[in-house]
Amino acid sequence: MFRPVLWRFGGAVDPLREMQRLRQEMNQVFSGLDHPLNEEFPPVNAWLGEGDIIITAELPGVDPGKVDISVVGDTLTISGSRETEPLKEGESYHRQERGHGRFTRSLQLPFHVEAGKVEAKYDRGILRMTLPRAEADKPRKISVKSE
Amino acid sequence: MENKVDYQRKPAQSPMETERTRNRKVYIPKADIIETGNAIVLYADMPGADEKSVDVTLEKNVLTITGAVKPQEQVGRSMFYAEYDVGDYERAFTISDEVDRNRIEAVVKNGVLKLTLYKAPQAEVRKITVRTE
Repeated sequence: MFRPVLWRFGGAVDPLREMQRLRQEMNQVFSGLDHPLNEEFPPVNAWLGEGDIIITAELPGVDPGKVDISVVGDTLTISGSRETEPLKEGESYHRQERGHGRFTRSLQLPFHVEAGKVEAKYDRGILRMTLPRAEADKPRKISVKSE
Repeated sequence: MENKVDYQRKPAQSPMETERTRNRKVYIPKADIIETGNAIVLYADMPGADEKSVDVTLEKNVLTITGAVKPQEQVGRSMFYAEYDVGDYERAFTISDEVDRNRIEAVVKNGVLKLTLYKAPQAEVRKITVRTE
C-alpha cells in the first residue's frame, strides 16, 4: 500500500509525487471524468509546530463516534465508514457522486507521537487532530562546556 | 401553431460566469440526488460550512447552493503538507417545475447539506395499474 511520508514534502517538491499527480491528471483527461478515481480519502492537511503537529481531514457526513484514530510510534491511522441511507422502494438516484463505504488511511508523521495526549475534534465535517511530539523523541540541546 | 408550448427545457445559465467579489477559491461540492415518491432529496458535501454559511436560492427553475468557508489559521504552526485547499462552495442545478416552491427543507449536519424538495401535489407519482382484457 502506498503510504505518504510527510516529512519528504517538507520543503522541496517531491518529484515522485508530482509524477503521480501528473499521471492522474492525464488519466482524468482521457477518461472524461470530473473527479479522480484513485483519490485518497480522506484528504489531509498538516501544520507543524514547535512540539506538535496538527492534522486536519475533510470527512463530511461521518458519524464522529464511528471514526477510529490510532497512533503507533510515528504512524497515524484514520479509519471509519461513510454510510448512505439505502434506497427504499420506488426511489432512484439521479446522480451519485459522493463516495461511501469503509476507508482507512495511514500517514507517517515526521516524529514519534505521545499517543496518550492526542486530541481529536470533529466539527462541520472536518476532523482536527493535535498530535504532540513524544518527550523521548524531542531534540535535546547539548551544551558545550569549556574547561 | 403560435400557441405551441415550448416543452424543451433550456439548460440553466451558470452563475459561475460572473465574477465574485471575494477573492477566494470556489469548489463544486459533490452531490447525490435521489428521487423519492414525493420529493427530490439532494445531499452535498460541504466540509467546513455550517447552517449559517450555507445559502440555498431558487430563482425560476435554477436552484443554487452556496456555502462560505472561513479558512482556519493554525496559530504558531506553519503549513507543512497539503492535499486539499479551503474555499467556498457553489453549484447550480436546473430543477423541474414539479417542485413545490413553498416546501423546501434544508439541513446542514457534519458538513453535509441535505435539501428536500417536495413535489407539488399534482406531480406526485400516481401508480396506474395496467389491466389485461
